Amino acid sequence: MQLPPALHSRLAGGPGAAEPLPVERDPAAGAPPFRFAARRVRFPREHEFFEDGDVLRHLYLQDVLTQVTEAPERPRVPEFTCQVAGCCQVFDSLEDYEHHYHTLHRNVCSFCRRAFPSVHLLDVHILEWHDSLFQILSERQDMYQCLVEGCAEKFKTSKDRKDHLVRCHLYPADFRFDKPKKSRGPATPGAAVRASAEAPRDDGEQSGGDAMEVCSEHAASLPEPVGKRRTSSHRIPSTICFGQGASRGFKSTKKKKGHQ
Amino acid sequence: MWSGRQGRLRPVGCVVEELRCRRREREAALRKARREQQLISKRLLRDDASEEAEGGCVAMILGETEIQHFLRLAQQGTEEKERERALVSLRRGLQHPETQQTFIWLEGSMRTLVGLLTSNQALLQLEAARCLHELSHSEQSAVAEACLPATSYLLTYLSGHSSDFISPHLTVLEALGYALSQLLQVKEAPEMIIPSVLGSTLPEHILRLLQPGPKLNLGVAVEFAWCLHYIICSQVDNTLLISHGGLSTLGLLLLDMAGAVQRTEDTGLELLACPVLRCLSNLLTEAAMEVVGGQNQLEDERVVAALFILLQFFLQKQPSLLPEGLWLLNNLTANSPSFCTSLLSMDLIEPLLQLLPVSNVVSILVLTVLCNVAEKGPAYCQRLWPGPLLSCLIGTLAFPDIEVVGQSLELLQLLFLYQPEAAKDFLQQSGLQVLERHQEEAQLQDRVHALQQTALHQ
Repeated sequence: MQLPPALHSRLAGGPGAAEPLPVERDPAAGAPPFRFAARRVRFPREHEFFEDGDVLRHLYLQDVLTQVTEAPERPRVPEFTCQVAGCCQVFDSLEDYEHHYHTLHRNVCSFCRRAFPSVHLLDVHILEWHDSLFQILSERQDMYQCLVEGCAEKFKTSKDRKDHLVRCHLYPADFRFDKPKKSRGPATPGAAVRASAEAPRDDGEQSGGDAMEVCSEHAASLPEPVGKRRTSSHRIPSTICFGQGASRGFKSTKKKKGHQ
Repeated sequence: MWSGRQGRLRPVGCVVEELRCRRREREAALRKARREQQLISKRLLRDDASEEAEGGCVAMILGETEIQHFLRLAQQGTEEKERERALVSLRRGLQHPETQQTFIWLEGSMRTLVGLLTSNQALLQLEAARCLHELSHSEQSAVAEACLPATSYLLTYLSGHSSDFISPHLTVLEALGYALSQLLQVKEAPEMIIPSVLGSTLPEHILRLLQPGPKLNLGVAVEFAWCLHYIICSQVDNTLLISHGGLSTLGLLLLDMAGAVQRTEDTGLELLACPVLRCLSNLLTEAAMEVVGGQNQLEDERVVAALFILLQFFLQKQPSLLPEGLWLLNNLTANSPSFCTSLLSMDLIEPLLQLLPVSNVVSILVLTVLCNVAEKGPAYCQRLWPGPLLSCLIGTLAFPDIEVVGQSLELLQLLFLYQPEAAKDFLQQSGLQVLERHQEEAQLQDRVHALQQTALHQ
């Protein structure tokens, strides 16, 4: 199929529609015994028109699935340690290391060392936790923004925001919200039981669920005046945080090498 | 897709011809299954895949206690290998519908799985994705509904990495897309699942994942494009998708794909092109499209240019997709003088004619598109003749397929009506003799007769 050379440059050009030639129909067009009428056609899912494309799709999936059901061998390398200060995680595969680095070290808050899955969430965290202007403004107006990119809602408190996330964005209803950050200071009453239950079960990297850590509600447990919240926020965080716990590095894991 | 694929070794002794033969058999089996309305990919794939992969080792049905045990190990185990193995055991168990049911009714199980899907340990994340994958094979809508709420949340988490995607996240995203595509095919999906999908932020997420650009990942895009197709062809609320900019996103994606073909970076592109073409074609039939000059319209003629580049690509690599591409061309040109003019001004009539010999279905579609152009009147027909069209038409009149001949007759009528001199040329090229062959054919004779009259009375 020979395409005119100008076609390729048209594709590279800017958007535009052709100025249409004048349309002038004769009623005899498509009149019986003829029957043509220009019309758009739609096909439902099961229509036989889709057979070839569906078969193509399924052939592809079949190829793929035989490999999914067997976990593939991944290339191993000699063990090496994460070079970030304070992290002693050991790896034997570059893919694992890349994942680890990205999840735990990439978007890290320079104030409290918490790690976040994305720049956006890190920015929100810094704004809500480490910006004193935020605290002042939040007394007067709704400052807690929805975490879902594209949703413009803002809320008075982080709890309201959390309710919104659960209700409108179908977030898991109580996902991790009762798990406090591993703090060294006095835990909130609600968190005490949890914290002690977890201490022995340690991991320098937290278990899967910690990726979306939602900390206990300060406002709910201690009726402190809002103005004081700032100074105690490090120990008793009151916002939903998508971060990994800040304290890490010296927890022992099987993979640690050399540091005891 | 699914990472490790590239590194997989072919079994020793596998001969190319054997592979081709096996593929033909599989293709035939799939066609048969689809015609019998049995093409539920999950079931068929399950049967094939598990035979080959498990090698006769049958996974056991898991009860509540066992599921809880594996989940606890996976979440809280001290040794990574142990956690991984727990998930593998869970995954194997989830191949059984009974285990799937038990799993979804168990409190906290889905939540735990979602947590593992966002694990900072790549292996756990991948294995959790495989578990989700197993769940998505269920034909029971209850399972589908249990999985669905997690999707929005997961997409937020996974999409948050948009600036630098790394491979386990991409794999999980792809798995999520695949799982969603399976869920959307459940029998009750149009009534029960698609409405809630459309009412959530999922459509925006999906469209964002289909936006062209350096971050577009083919494997991920393929899965979510199929999701979109299943949503759109169920005809629940396509206007909503249009209002979210669906046409614009898909149109830009089409341009992007054509660009990839031009740069010959087109491996596997047909897998994405197919659902995208379907989505665009079906969306164009929405009533919202009838609003002239509406901002959600698709009016950029580069879309036509891109489509032809893809048609050429299909001709070389995947001729079975030509009909779908031509279907889009029909929907673009049917009610659009502008796009019909583009076909003429960009000299695309001849390339279109070159597709006539491919197959009967393709011939009919090509002729239909040409009819779309011709029916717009004399200004259009003047650009169709003089030209190669007439001799091609005389050629298609000789095709053994009645529908091809019928469509040729329709086009001839339009041509003679709006460009009477073409009739003279027709006579000179012995067109009448070709027409005569069909005089006795019931479905054609009235039209044949009418054309004979027209041609003779010029």
